[in-house]
Amino acid sequence: MTTNFGTLTPAELTSAVTGGIGTSPQRPDGNLKVRGEFAYASDLWHEDMIWGATLRSPHPYARITGIDLTEALKTPGVYAVLTHQDVPGRNLYGLEHKDQPVLAVDVVRYQGEPVALVGADHPETANRAMKRIKVTYEVLEPVVDMETATQETPLHPGGNLVRHVPIRRGDQAPKADVVITGRYEVGMQDQAFLGPESGLAVPADDGGVDLYVATQWLHVDRSQVASALGVAEEKVRLTLSGVGGAFGGREDLSMQVHACLLALHTGKPVKMVYNREESFYGHVHRHPAVLHYEHGATADGKLVYVKAKMFLDGGAYASSTPAVVANAATLGVGPYEVDNVTIDCYGVYTNNPPCGAMRGFGAVQAGFAYESQMDKLAEALNMDPVDVRVRNAMTEGSVMPTGQVVDSAAPVAQLLKLVQDKPMPAPMSADLRQLPGGVSNTTHGEGVVRGVGYAVGIKNVCFSEGYDDYSTARVRVQMAGDELTAQVHTAACEVGQGLVTIMQQIVRTELDIEKVTVLPMDTSIGNGGSTSASRQTYVTGGAVKAACAAVKAKLGDRTDIGDEVIDETVEWRHRATEPLDPETGQGNAHVQYGFAAHRAVVDVDTELGLVRVVQLDCAQDVGKALNPQAVVGQIQGGSAQGLGLAVMEEIQTSQGKVRNPSFTDYLIPTVLDMPPMSIDVLELADPHAPYGIRGVGEPPTISSTPAIVAAIRAATGLALTRVPVRPEHLTNT
Amino acid sequence: MDFLRPTTLAEALAVKAERPDAVPIAGGTDVMVELNFDHRRPAALLDLTRIDELRTWSDGDELRIGSGVPYVRIIEELGAQLPGLAMASRTVGSPQIRNRGTVGGNLGAASPAGDTHPVLLASDAVIEVASVRGTRMIEADDFYVGVKRNSLEPDELITAIHLAPAAGPQQFSKVGTRNAMVIAVCSFALSLHPGEKRVGAAVGSAAPTPRRARDAEEFLNHALDFDNPRPLLDSVKREFGELVSQAASPIDDVRGSAAYRKHALAVMARRTLGWTWQEFLTEEQACA
Repeated sequence: MTTNFGTLTPAELTSAVTGGIGTSPQRPDGNLKVRGEFAYASDLWHEDMIWGATLRSPHPYARITGIDLTEALKTPGVYAVLTHQDVPGRNLYGLEHKDQPVLAVDVVRYQGEPVALVGADHPETANRAMKRIKVTYEVLEPVVDMETATQETPLHPGGNLVRHVPIRRGDQAPKADVVITGRYEVGMQDQAFLGPESGLAVPADDGGVDLYVATQWLHVDRSQVASALGVAEEKVRLTLSGVGGAFGGREDLSMQVHACLLALHTGKPVKMVYNREESFYGHVHRHPAVLHYEHGATADGKLVYVKAKMFLDGGAYASSTPAVVANAATLGVGPYEVDNVTIDCYGVYTNNPPCGAMRGFGAVQAGFAYESQMDKLAEALNMDPVDVRVRNAMTEGSVMPTGQVVDSAAPVAQLLKLVQDKPMPAPMSADLRQLPGGVSNTTHGEGVVRGVGYAVGIKNVCFSEGYDDYSTARVRVQMAGDELTAQVHTAACEVGQGLVTIMQQIVRTELDIEKVTVLPMDTSIGNGGSTSASRQTYVTGGAVKAACAAVKAKLGDRTDIGDEVIDETVEWRHRATEPLDPETGQGNAHVQYGFAAHRAVVDVDTELGLVRVVQLDCAQDVGKALNPQAVVGQIQGGSAQGLGLAVMEEIQTSQGKVRNPSFTDYLIPTVLDMPPMSIDVLELADPHAPYGIRGVGEPPTISSTPAIVAAIRAATGLALTRVPVRPEHLTNT
Repeated sequence: MDFLRPTTLAEALAVKAERPDAVPIAGGTDVMVELNFDHRRPAALLDLTRIDELRTWSDGDELRIGSGVPYVRIIEELGAQLPGLAMASRTVGSPQIRNRGTVGGNLGAASPAGDTHPVLLASDAVIEVASVRGTRMIEADDFYVGVKRNSLEPDELITAIHLAPAAGPQQFSKVGTRNAMVIAVCSFALSLHPGEKRVGAAVGSAAPTPRRARDAEEFLNHALDFDNPRPLLDSVKREFGELVSQAASPIDDVRGSAAYRKHALAVMARRTLGWTWQEFLTEEQACA
């Protein structure tokens, strides 16, 4: 059986390397991944296992008028063919609203919606049987326009509005010397994690099931699986398997319930692995958005007011749309002081692919719009784009549009100045690899113009709006030979971000014990919360630190405890937040704010519309870098994901259908697209957070995109109100 | 599915005659993708990787390149003699794909977006195909007959391409929406043939098949003075670009709009003409 880190035993996970917080010990999965030896969830194997496959709707919106399983069931090697009638528990699940069927009943609301399941002795058999399931559909006209969706055919009983968050602060009829308006669009980005959705469900003797799976949140998966299976939560046991990236795309269920249903139905272990195309249908994406903004400022560039109306397309099911809407609204003016704010943010249902969590979570969409507006304001006032931002920059003590006072470091102006003062790259290179188009040999310098752009962004850290956001950690200390050793156990998911290493570092620092074993992450311990919202180092790190303190109270200064075992489990919470007032959007809704700034330098082939990002520099405050190398890695990765959104990454849809569900046509940056970065990491401790840390994973994704687009605008003089920017936009074709 | 692994060409041709439904596989960079995504389930695969004679190239008045020579060897071993083909090979996929993929495979798939096709057209390549019935030589111009269709008979295999070493400057240029590892939105190849006082020009990924830009070639054959070369007028470059653009009949798809493809082809044609002519001028001046 392979579990958490593939074939490694927990003893082998005891890293041979040393190092407490503030150092960068080697991660246990690093070499394995580089060598291609790391075992991902798709490598799971069990004797006697069968394979599950999912029949999906080809239509974005249709009524199911009949399902005939006869031929599929006759296929030799098929163990089960299941529909919604075989779901023993509640056939609805969802992160915030339970609106999504485990298997479609009488209607499908998006292309790729699961309709039936097959369990068979071989993936090929499953595939063949699936093609013999006869589903008849009455195809309906899909709802695809997010701005008009609430006036169209209701796709759910309550209509097509998922959530509206208004923000009302200050004067609602303000006057300003200069008024800047704009309409912006953000395309549908995908997390593009490389390890597809996979897992193995093993039926247990007690009538329950053990599920080994790549996920971001074991406990919320468990409660949704148990509810659909109609069994007690204790009978559903989850263990984290090797996760190949997540970025929000594994917060929602994919194959979890399906594999467990098949396992309980057949009495056999069931493995499910999506292929790349199915993966594009199997997880939620980043919400596409349309954002209308109006900024008013004084003649010397001080913001007087911001008005915005934003639409986020949630697609067919709610997923985390309500929280994404709240983020876009509350962070909608950016890291600036603005006294008068009027924002209305709407998340809607359509028949487009479901959208939910992705790195940046609503702040990315707003960030592209408000930073584009700041550049437009600078241009209107003939001001430097950095100066206009610094003029309005938030600081510690500033008041958010929600009325919340920012009560730790907010070095917005400093971050901007840091990137502004960095050395500029060398002039245009003669090396094809450095030119727009690369080795495709489209230019030797003809048509190439350089541009520079700046952006800064704000992101909340941890869960908001009164959510009881906590993590559970158990630390156990005992002797191994003549040496103290420690074990750490949590249910917080390692998805590649480095939490395993961070937990070891914390224990080494707190207990001065070198040998620290991290147990497989599973549901035999309490909830660790989601690996999202840049929160695990903060919350699970906080829980591990607190568990160490409980152990330390018993351990004292002893270095030999004989046969004694000290074993402490702690549930740890960050300070509480409040809900937003539903009328005014006022309230202390967020735990912490993170900030990053970017300067992008681009070369644009203005005739062909091709872009090469020459340099992308970043400055970010991380409070305290527990693992400096991991922090820099997060900033590089987040910046690259932002670059992808700026110039290439988009799931293109047409009448609700996905046009490019493959890595042939959904392009993500390569090493020839992502330039080297110079990164400044500030460590301005947050007094409310463990070690003073500030969540690091998301802020760089927010400012990277608008900085690059600003640089392209500087090179071309074009307005560029939509991302990703395509060659057609730059050549007017 | 049968997996057939002949070790000689004669054996492979016999197998293909007996099993015309067998799909040849060399690098597998196209065929395996189709199999993995269940787009195609052939009754048999005919593995060509054990046939040494397909994996060699030979010199002479013209070059004969076995259909199983991977792109990486074209880049490394033939870059000086066939600069256009090497440039196009350099734009194929990633290093791993260039290690496996072959020009023979590009021809077998006959995708309009195949990277080497415009160069083969512009350089008057001849495709050698064989069957138990004998060997045929097919001009590149006659090879591409429709979207992903070539003029092979069911019992034939692609054995080699024949090309003259470059007698003049060659260029290949390809637009993709990423700076590496990208399928062509559109592409263009230009070869100067100074001895014959003419040029070859062809477009890729901008019509149902790769195609020569005949009117553009004719225009340049008259406009270029190979005997007394002088710097080109911008108007000549512009007219050439227009004619190349007119040779294409592209579509709107997920990779780009038809209007953009036409626009980009004109730009690439202008630029590659500038580069090749400048190179020719420089060489002539060095000789003079």
